[in-house]
Parts: sequence; C-alpha cells; structure tokens
Amino acid sequence: MSTRRKNFSEQSVLETVDLSVNLGGLCLKNPVTVASGTFGYGREYEPFVDISRLGAVIVKGTTLKPNSGNPAPRIYETASGMLNSIGLENPGIEDFLNIHLPYLLERGVSVIANIAGNTLEEYETLGAMIRKQSGVAAIELNISCPNVKKGGMHFGTDPDMVFQVVNAVKKATDLPVIPKLSPNVSDITIIAQAAQAGGANALSMINTLMGMAIDIEKRKPVLGNIFGGLSGPAIKPVALRMIYQVHREIDIPILGGGGIMSATDALEFIMAGSSAVSIGTGNFVQPGISVQVINELADYMIANNIPRISDLIGAAVRK
Amino acid sequence: MIVSQMQGMVIDNTQKKSGWYEMELSTPSFASDAQPGQFLHIKTGDGNYPLLRRPFSICDFDKDTGRLFLMYKLLGSGTEWLSNVMSGGYVDIIGPLGRGFTYPAPGARVILVGGGIGIAPLLYLARRLTERKCRLLMFYGAEERCQLSALNKFKRLGVGTDVATRDGSAGFTGLVTDLVQQKIASEKADVIYTCGPEIMMAKVAAIAAQYQIPGELSLEEYMACGVGACLGCARKLKTRDDNFIKICKDGPVFSFSQMEFDLN
Ligand SMILES: Cc1cc2nc3c(=O)[nH]c(=O)nc-3n(C[C@H](O)[C@H](O)[C@H](O)COP(=O)(O)OP(=O)(O)OC[C@H]3O[C@@H](n4cnc5c(N)ncnc54)[C@H](O)[C@@H]3O)c2cc1C
Ligand SMILES: Cc1cc2nc3c(=O)[nH]c(=O)nc-3n(C[C@H](O)[C@H](O)[C@H](O)COP(=O)(O)O)c2cc1C
Ligand code: FES
Repeated sequence: MSTRRKNFSEQSVLETVDLSVNLGGLCLKNPVTVASGTFGYGREYEPFVDISRLGAVIVKGTTLKPNSGNPAPRIYETASGMLNSIGLENPGIEDFLNIHLPYLLERGVSVIANIAGNTLEEYETLGAMIRKQSGVAAIELNISCPNVKKGGMHFGTDPDMVFQVVNAVKKATDLPVIPKLSPNVSDITIIAQAAQAGGANALSMINTLMGMAIDIEKRKPVLGNIFGGLSGPAIKPVALRMIYQVHREIDIPILGGGGIMSATDALEFIMAGSSAVSIGTGNFVQPGISVQVINELADYMIANNIPRISDLIGAAVRK
Repeated sequence: MIVSQMQGMVIDNTQKKSGWYEMELSTPSFASDAQPGQFLHIKTGDGNYPLLRRPFSICDFDKDTGRLFLMYKLLGSGTEWLSNVMSGGYVDIIGPLGRGFTYPAPGARVILVGGGIGIAPLLYLARRLTERKCRLLMFYGAEERCQLSALNKFKRLGVGTDVATRDGSAGFTGLVTDLVQQKIASEKADVIYTCGPEIMMAKVAAIAAQYQIPGELSLEEYMACGVGACLGCARKLKTRDDNFIKICKDGPVFSFSQMEFDLN
C-alpha cells in the first residue's frame, strides 16, 4: 500500500490530511499511540523514533509503591506472538511523576499514564495524584489486576468491580479515564457497558490474553510465573472481534490494539470501531514502527481521497 | 556510542569447519565504535514467525571499513533463517547494544576463558586488548574437536591458547575449568574474562575469587526489545537482591563481584 506512495510521507503531506482524533475528550494529533509496558518511558526508543510525532505515549503500568516484578524467565516467544509475565515492575508513582513524566513532556508528546492497584483505595489514591496540573493527558486504567480484598479475583472480570473502580477514579481525577479491558472474560460487552456506566471517557482494548508454554525437557512451565499474557499478531483477530462487538454496544470511543504491525492492521482496527490505536509488541520487532504507521496512514488517506481519518472509524461495522 | 537500526549487506555467510556459521556484514552506517561484549539485535525472519529479534555478540568489528563479523550456532528457527541469507542479501540489525567488557590497564596480563560458541565476543575483546598491549592467554573448552578451528583467529592475533576437550581428542582431557584451576596459579593474571555456558562461567568466577583476581562474564537471557524497555530479560544477580537487572541494558557483561552463583 505505502511503497507506491513513499514520497507522500513528508511533513507537508501530513498537513494536507487530517489525522487528528478525539478520544473521549482527549484530542490526539494522530491516532497512533504506543502501548503500556512496551515503550519504557520513551528514552530507550529515542534513537529510533521522533517521539514528538506520536499521538501519545502510554507509559508502563504504575503502582503506588515501587514494584520489582515477577521472577525470571519473564518472556517467551510463541507462534506469531509472545508471552510475558513482567508482573508490573515499575518505579512507583512518585518516580513516574518526578523523573519520567518531565522527560516525556519535554519531548512535546501527550502522555497517558497507566495505573494499577491492588485495592479500590489504591486506584483512588493514584487517580487523585494524577490530575491535569501534572501534565498528564489521560489515565489508562489497568483493571487486569487481582483485587486483594476480593480473594485475588481480577477487577476486570467482574462488572460490579469494573463499575466501582472506574467510578472511583473518575471522582478522584479531572482527567479523561480510559479503562483497559481484559479479553479474559466470557462477554466483553458486559464489561464494556459496566465501564461506560462507571463514567469511562473511552475504552482501551485489548490487554493480553492469558496463556502459557511448557518446557518438555524440564517438564515445567517456561515462565517463572507459570502464566503470562499473549500479545502480538497472534491475538489480532481476537482483538478486532472484541472491538467490533463493543463498538456496536457502547457510545464512548475505543483505543484499540493487539498485534498491530502495519498501517493496514491499524486501519482494520479503525474500521472495526477504534478511534485511536496502540502498538505494543510491534515496537520490539521494528522500533520505528509507530512513526512508520503514522506516515503510511497519511499515504493511504491521500491515495484514497480520505480527508479525515475520523471518517473511517467503525466504517466496517454493521450496526 | 550511537545506537541505530540499519540494513547490513551480507558479504559472506558460510558454515565453517567448527560447525558454526560466520557472517560478515558491510555496515557503513554502523556506529563509529563498538565495545567488545556489546551485541546486535537481529531480525531473523521476514514475517511474523519468528517474530522477535535475536541477540548476537559482535564477534569482530573493523570501524575503518565498517565490517561486522558474527559467529553463530544453528539452534532453532531464527538461526536457521539467518543461515539461509545469501551473500548480497540484507539483514536488519539494531546496535551496538548493552554494556560491554571494561578494559584493564595497558599491558595487563589477561586470561580469557571460552566455552563453545561463547568464544564469539572474546575475539573482538582479544583484538582490542592486543592493541592495548595486554598479554593474553586463552583457555578454551570445546564441545567437539572441530570447534578448535575457531581458535585460529586468536592465534593470528598472537594470543596463546590452551584447550580442553571432554573426550581428550585434543589438549587437556576434561573440563576447561579444571584446566584453568591447574594453570591459574602460575599465570599471575591481572584480570579474567569469560563467556560460555553459565555453569562454566560460575566455576571460573569461583576460581578467580580463590586467587582474588577480578573478572567479567557475559550473561544470556531471552530478549524481546533488546533496549531496556520491556523489562523481559530480567534476572537477579544475587539471590538477596531486591531488584532485577536487565541483561540487555545493564549487561550483558557483569563483573564477578556483582554475581552469586549456585554451584550445587
Ligand atoms: C547477549 C547475547 C549474545 C549472544 N551472542 C551469540 C553469538 O554470538 N552467537 C550465537 O550463536 N548465539 C548467541 N546468543 C544466543 C542466541 O541469541 C540464540 O542462540 C538465538 O536467539 C537462538 O535463536 P533461534 O531462533 O535459532 O532458536 P530458538 O528457536 O529461539 O531456540 C532454540 C533453543 O535454544 C534455546 N534458547 C534460545 N535462545 C536462548 C537464550 N538466549 N538463552 C537460553 N536459551 C536459549 C531455546 O530454549 C530453544 O530450546 C547470544 C545471546 C545473548 C543474550
Ligand atoms: C512486555 C509487555 C509489557 C506490558 N506491560 C503492560 C502494562 O504494564 N500495563 C498494561 O496495561 N499493559 C501492558 N502490556 C500490554 C500491552 O500494553 C498491550 O495491550 C498488549 O501487548 C497487546 O498489544 P500488542 O499485541 O500490540 O502488544 C504489556 C505487554 C507486553 C508485551
Ligand atoms: S529485552 Fe527488553 S528489557 Fe531487555
């Protein structure tokens, strides 16, 4: 698609097409974001990406206190995908706000914070610490976390808990709140509706699919944590299906992702109902992929006479 | 040291007598310098399988001509793909990545201990250390006799070599670490560098500790990003450590004193 039109990928051309999108009150200059946990705090990708070009950077899941993460091995490649069990290793909210956030803001990019808690109160406290004045543009809510007060049951699998956690964070912060839905549920539309009812401004989906791998020589699970999250091209069809289903049932915008490796993939997500997209595992394979996708989206719009990318959102969805 | 992504043109990619492949790449835009012990993250496939890049040590590098050399062992689908790239073809590389070996004082007496394909980063290290007028002695443990042919490159640099084979088909019969244990006292080394199977490096570090000789080793772990972003290549250097280091960014080279091994 893009190879014919490579010469269009110039800044001047980007100005002739409108790539901007509105994600529940959050205006992004283009729909391409980098997914939580796959882009560090931007520094590591500085040699490959002009970070200021990105629609937004979504940072690593942040907890109240520093967290050292899960035992090794933490990653394993599987067919067209990978398993990870990083276990939310992160320096904690203080370091994020004081050290990493200023670095990203200096680069002139919108920053979406991703927060994770073990209790409703932790989510609330985190929400209250991340407000407009901090410079953060929106909060992505990782609800694929065990609720320690509910016997470790994951917040994201129970509609009541989803409603409560979204509602609590909404009350604590003045920023747009974007819950990130776990695909490890039987009916994603019920969870999406609960999040919408709780006051979500947009939905992020999908997080990784639970999986595992076995080492047949050791007769043991490969990952130190036994189970891990599957990401990459292998999960793309599942992500598209879920976004399509949810887009039909709810009114708030969707930040879609799962296995995006090209502009064609991104367009599929947009046409399935995503207002913006996130690229995760793709960054590991092609560190410059995010900006490449932005350029190729512009090429596609010019080649197909599409003035605004927002005209394509949900274009493939039969209501 | 500037990290970048580039297409390296394959000059040569053939299986050698050692059984391993050696690849020569023309990379004019590669960093103006690279440390021994640093690695390249290579896309070893055209599509989504294999998906992730694979790390390979810089086996040699000539900054004047922009020639990079790799030495690799055929293992799975990634190295299989790599072995099929023809001369004139291109491979997509990111590098130089990680923290490499630190240099000793000029003229130092250096012992290198290599095992199997772990010989790869030691060649570039040996070149740099001979330039610094160090006196080098290499102990090498081969899995098979044919692998000893990989030592010729060291000999050409003027490095003394002493080998061990399990079956006694060449040199010392047994483990290279037993050979090191026998010889170390008379060598009066200032520093030891080692790369190979982890159990071998652990024994080398234990011997070094006995003689109070400092040293460095190179660790391996599965990698995704290779640049310190995904936190996947994590490991605790000492069991009591609170935090996990990242092999790709904090390493792959670490000093013996940072490590703690379970030798049982
Ligand atoms: C910093 C660093 C430098 C390296 N330098 C070299 C080098 O110079 N030459 C060389 O031949 N190899 C080197 N390696 C190892 C090399 O990365 C692997 O052999 C390669 O990734 C295998 O890919 P594959 O797709 O062929 O095999 P896969 O299909 O990925 O694996 C085949 C088998 O090998 C095992 N395996 C693969 N990678 C690793 C690993 N990193 N640690 C432990 N087990 C593993 C798997 O469990 C599997 O059983 C290096 C690794 C690191 C981390
Ligand atoms: C190594 C790794 C770490 C991740 N860490 C987080 C995280 O901290 N918080 C989160 O919400 N999602 C995390 N994710 C999920 C991604 O943000 C993304 O939703 C998922 O990987 C699917 O997209 P992809 O197929 O493009 O990678 C992580 C994924 C990977 C591969
Ligand atoms: S491979 Fe991603 S942090 Fe090391």
